[in-house]
Amino acid sequence: MRHYLDFEKPIAELQRKLDAFKAHPEAASLGISWEEEMKVLENKIFEAERQLYSNLTSWQRVQLARHPKRPYSLDYLRTTFQEFEELHGDRLYSDDHAMVGGFARLGTERVMVIGTQKGRDTKENIFRNFGSAHPEGYRKALRLMKLAERFRLPVITLIDTAGAYPGVGAEERHIAEAIAVNLREMMTFEVPIIACVIGEGGSGGALGIGVADRVLILENAYYSVISPEGCAAILWKDRAAAPKAAEALKITATNLKAAGLVDEIIPEPLGGAHLDLDAISLTLRESLLRNVFQLKSLTGPERLASRYAKFRAFGHFTEPKSTA
Amino acid sequence: MATRGIRRKQIDVEQVPPAVTPPTRDGASNSFPSRPKLTSKTKKRDIPEGLWIKCPRCSGLIYDKELDDNLKVCPNCTHHFKLGARERIHSMVETCSFEEIDPLMESVDILKFTGSSSYESKLLSYRKKMPMLKDAVVTGVGLIGTHRVALGVMDFSFLGGSMGSVVGEKLTRLIETATDRGLPLVIVSSSGGARMYEGMFSLMQMAKTCGALAYHARRNLPYISVLTDPTTAGVMASFASVGDLILAEPCAMIGFAGRRVVEATTQSELPPDFQTAEFLKQRGLIDAIVPRLEMKQRLISYLHYLMANRVAS
Ligand SMILES: [Zn+2]
Repeated sequence: MRHYLDFEKPIAELQRKLDAFKAHPEAASLGISWEEEMKVLENKIFEAERQLYSNLTSWQRVQLARHPKRPYSLDYLRTTFQEFEELHGDRLYSDDHAMVGGFARLGTERVMVIGTQKGRDTKENIFRNFGSAHPEGYRKALRLMKLAERFRLPVITLIDTAGAYPGVGAEERHIAEAIAVNLREMMTFEVPIIACVIGEGGSGGALGIGVADRVLILENAYYSVISPEGCAAILWKDRAAAPKAAEALKITATNLKAAGLVDEIIPEPLGGAHLDLDAISLTLRESLLRNVFQLKSLTGPERLASRYAKFRAFGHFTEPKSTA
Repeated sequence: MATRGIRRKQIDVEQVPPAVTPPTRDGASNSFPSRPKLTSKTKKRDIPEGLWIKCPRCSGLIYDKELDDNLKVCPNCTHHFKLGARERIHSMVETCSFEEIDPLMESVDILKFTGSSSYESKLLSYRKKMPMLKDAVVTGVGLIGTHRVALGVMDFSFLGGSMGSVVGEKLTRLIETATDRGLPLVIVSSSGGARMYEGMFSLMQMAKTCGALAYHARRNLPYISVLTDPTTAGVMASFASVGDLILAEPCAMIGFAGRRVVEATTQSELPPDFQTAEFLKQRGLIDAIVPRLEMKQRLISYLHYLMANRVAS
């Protein structure tokens, strides 16, 4: 059964009508054949979906990015990638289940994949800590990236987290340092790095595996400096103002592409990635492979220089000409 | 008038003339006395009650001038009040040795951020309120003892010391200057984190500054990060946490997530010293806690060690 979000209720209603009609052919009312009337209804649904999904608000996209059926990193590791060989632990403290990583095959290429991982149900979410990694997750990611650097494997990161975990243990084991070190070190690895935001790109916790030669984003994913709710609580003194905050923060794939903050938008099936895992997996593979090939045509030092230049250029300010 | 003087002190947005002289450029340059002096305006406003400030820790009353002379450290209980960027630079560098970089760079409202109030109007009101600051960081090169050092100092009084494009760009240029000129780097942080009003551009300053630090480190140049009250979130999760040495002022609030967020997420009572400098030191996350009045001497001492046998690369 498809899971409908609140704003998808009109679609759900049309679908319910269609299902009822299918079950009761005698209810035909338009004076055309049953099959023809079905077609009319189906077209109506398609048209309504096309209308709805091509005019989504920022907040509606955030809801799609958080959709309970949305494909997660491990889903893509089964479909976009093959032969995932998971590697565990940071060799220091523990194995963070909110951050998965290991070897995998991407078409013809052998790569290192690292991704934040949410749980599908309550039990799994407790195991995965709702996709919010602790310091050991970021340190595991760094360990695997160093391994990839030594043995010349391209690194692909899949980002889907509300943010790094805000807890006492995380602070005690220095979550801020774990993220900061990744930001610094990811700027020094010569192997190609591609980051893809597949769902939620939650602030520093996302950026902690997000410094890359190419930053891709799925059509209905978002990437933000602060959660819309957090921003709303601070600026509007009301978490319910999250839709306004989502709009103001310019966090959708389209906003980010227009600002030059991401390189490529990966189109999703109509209605979201969760409606056709096979289709989105193929699209993602095609895009990742194309980017890997492009990046492999550069030398290591060339990649480092262009990665530095890419992040170096982010920012807008004014200064009098004389200081230039 | 008098009560206003007190409140102004307590929220620590007081302006003193800058202790440093920006390079001569356009009409924006002025020369300032080498020691901060009360302006006539401040004097008038502060007579007589405004001259006394109540310490939030020991509740003692401190004479305003005495507090300034003591680098805003309570003489009774050593409580560290927040210190403005220019006053701090003045306390750290040799007289007249500081050459400011990019003194005129200003933030722009790139997202046309509309909220309860617009970013544009916020920026304007802050610039008006504190004409000696264009944004939340002052950067430049100066002498600390005998060491020529690239120095960046954040100022919490400008929009909570938040890091947007200007803070990120000025710090990145400072780090690159240090790398190019072979200078040690000292950054004094004081920030609530990334600046929401610039959205993802703010987040990217974290990667930008850390990337520049990678190249500074490659040249075997030392970076000392000084954490002051408060240093949190996006600043703590970027350049502030990757110093070769990490120092903190006593009792400074330092952490990644806000205390209330941690409380709400974990639904548990937090240790009373949670996210203080002392908490971090006890858990092995910082090198040392250094009182403000000793900071300059300690920096000189550390730099002697770090630069003594350094092999340039
Ligand atoms: Zn006191």
